[in-house]
Amino acid sequence: MLNKLTASAGSNRFRLDLVLQAVFLALIFYLAYSVFHNTQVNLENRGIESGFEFLDKEAGLPIGDALISYTPTDSYGWAFFTAVVNTLYVAFFAIILATVVGVLIGIARVSRNWLVCRMAAIYVETLRNVPLLLTLIFIYVVVLSSLPSARSSWLLTEGILLNIRGFYFPKPLPQDGFGLVLFSVGLAVVLCWGFRRWAKRYTERTGQELASFRISLVLLLGLPALTYLLTGQPLLWENPELKGFNYRGGLSLRPEFLALLLGLVLYTAAFIGENVRSGIQSVSKGQVEAAQALGLKPGKVMLRVVLPQALRVIIPATTNDYTSLVKNSSLAVAIGYPDMVSVGGTIIGQNGQAIEIIGMWMAVYMAINLLISAFMNWLNARVQMVER
Amino acid sequence: MSDITQTAQRTFTPQPALAPPKELKGAVHWARTNLFDGWLNTVLTLLSLLLIFSVVPGLLRWGLLDAVWQGDSEACRVEGVGACWSFIGANFRILMVGIYPVEEIWRPVLSFLLLLGVIWLTVSRRVRGIRMVAFWLVLPFIAYWLIGGGYLGLPEVDQSRWGGLMLSLLLAAVGIIVSVPLGILLALGRFSDSPVIKISCVSFIETIRGVPLITILFMASVMLPLFLPEGMDVNNLLRIQIGMILFSSAYMAEVVRGGLQAVPRGQTEAAKALGLPYRHIMFYVVIPQALRHVLPPLIGRCIALFKDTSLVLIVGLLDFLGMLKSSTQDSEWLGFEAESYVFGAFVYWLVCYSMSRYGQHLESAGPKNNN
Repeated sequence: MLNKLTASAGSNRFRLDLVLQAVFLALIFYLAYSVFHNTQVNLENRGIESGFEFLDKEAGLPIGDALISYTPTDSYGWAFFTAVVNTLYVAFFAIILATVVGVLIGIARVSRNWLVCRMAAIYVETLRNVPLLLTLIFIYVVVLSSLPSARSSWLLTEGILLNIRGFYFPKPLPQDGFGLVLFSVGLAVVLCWGFRRWAKRYTERTGQELASFRISLVLLLGLPALTYLLTGQPLLWENPELKGFNYRGGLSLRPEFLALLLGLVLYTAAFIGENVRSGIQSVSKGQVEAAQALGLKPGKVMLRVVLPQALRVIIPATTNDYTSLVKNSSLAVAIGYPDMVSVGGTIIGQNGQAIEIIGMWMAVYMAINLLISAFMNWLNARVQMVER
Repeated sequence: MSDITQTAQRTFTPQPALAPPKELKGAVHWARTNLFDGWLNTVLTLLSLLLIFSVVPGLLRWGLLDAVWQGDSEACRVEGVGACWSFIGANFRILMVGIYPVEEIWRPVLSFLLLLGVIWLTVSRRVRGIRMVAFWLVLPFIAYWLIGGGYLGLPEVDQSRWGGLMLSLLLAAVGIIVSVPLGILLALGRFSDSPVIKISCVSFIETIRGVPLITILFMASVMLPLFLPEGMDVNNLLRIQIGMILFSSAYMAEVVRGGLQAVPRGQTEAAKALGLPYRHIMFYVVIPQALRHVLPPLIGRCIALFKDTSLVLIVGLLDFLGMLKSSTQDSEWLGFEAESYVFGAFVYWLVCYSMSRYGQHLESAGPKNNN
């Protein structure tokens, strides 16, 4: 490799290298020291105290859209944690939805249907070549503000509605005996897992295929449904209702969250779509033809032959897109969704402790990104071809 | 002998190709194979047509047929008219150059023409290699001097008055031109023998890549003044430019690293066998090959950097997006957000799409690898 280039040079060269390294190290230390010193002096001059003591103080800042319980009397630390939860919340759903939309777009891009293929191409080229921030502001300012007011909401069905204040849907109210239903869901999952293991071994032993997909579907849906009916339907729904000028009750997603989610999903899906396309195109044509020659239906060819092989190309590239999605969620600050950059920025404005907050931002983003990479690398290792 | 040649001539007389059977050509056949091939494709085609017919006519009416192209804001407030493109016309100057003084406007225009000239020289391949690099390196300095003034008789225009598309292009151009060589250095540092250099480069790259650009911009804008010794003042624009360069160079470094890994080891060994010193091996043998390998992702990073300049809006610079946003808050022109952002999206799209097409063109037109 490249680093072996200079290794074999004579001992004079070696000594020169050592000197150079020492000089470089000294320079770094000097820089670090002077930055540290300057910061100390500057902070003192501006009367900003440093350290993390402020995290225990009362924050007094409102957070419009808190997923966990938060009031302005809580501490700065809790406010920041609430914002971290908000970031994770939007990123989690955005990753799932972007993956679904992205796979569909990618498949549409290689479709034999000319019209579908063109439309997917236009989608990808438009979304990829416009800054995400502009897309976000556009969705928030133009699209969502054209929604009707609360009084003339769009009713999708009873209890599910969309208006300029957000997206409303019924809130589940668990009654006595609902624990049993939850338990049966868990039981169904365990049973299903055990059954699939047994079915696999059964197939290997006898060569006979079981309709394991259908059986597990029946197991997964049937058992909880049966328990639900037997325990007397222990789940009530609280519908949102119009009171005065606004809807009350039920659950709602606020427009800031919706805009951020929509923007992140649409933007990232364009990139994931391209990964999926390049993955599918990397599978050699002979594989498809062989599968067709075996008489597999087109859907099965895609699901069982093409996609598993395409995943090897898709997963590493998509890992990058997931981590950029998490980082891009910081653009929430521009449309007022209280993610950690938005809340942290407010804290900096209040007490000037920029160093601590920026340090906390960096630590949290790094941690999230490392977790995503670790998970995707594990996934990647599972889909790699076992070479003989 | 003559028999054979005669036979050969008779056998090899090319026959005119038969026209394809009637049912295998024409629009109907094309539609049948590309649109109505099986029930699934037919359903998809019908759904797509439904989508197109429900969206496109409305958009066309709004954007073109019913749009207002001239006149003041009153002309746009009439019932039933579509997009108000005269809003863009009225705000065109601030969208392009921000609140740059009107009487000095020839300076950004001249800089822009120079930029177009250098782009033309590059794309038409009239200058190449080291001279092309020199043109691109000199351009930002001339543009900076032209726009900023202050020397050689040009009156100074304060940086707080720079804005609009001019500022976005300037941030992107300087960002790209500085971060590419910096990225190459960082990538070389990653392969360095010296553990000190290697660890510094790796930790710089990984730290920057782990965090969002916004936090870097906040750091540049809020924290950099704290780091500097007292009395030393760097203005906000330059601070943010430095932030963008640091961010971009970490990503460039990863791209270049991929290229360095793709250069076969034999190349460096051969160069070493010739007795070339390290810097010659790098600059004449390894780096040119590495850059050629990673031209497409390098162009991709340039596009990303141009898109990322829109984020400076959040730390208070009025770039193109910032001007699009603030022009909708003009008291005379309230309520034309859609026009403003659609126009902005179109301009961003035009620049980015042209860059990506140029990248694809380079990829196909460049010298082929024969390994």
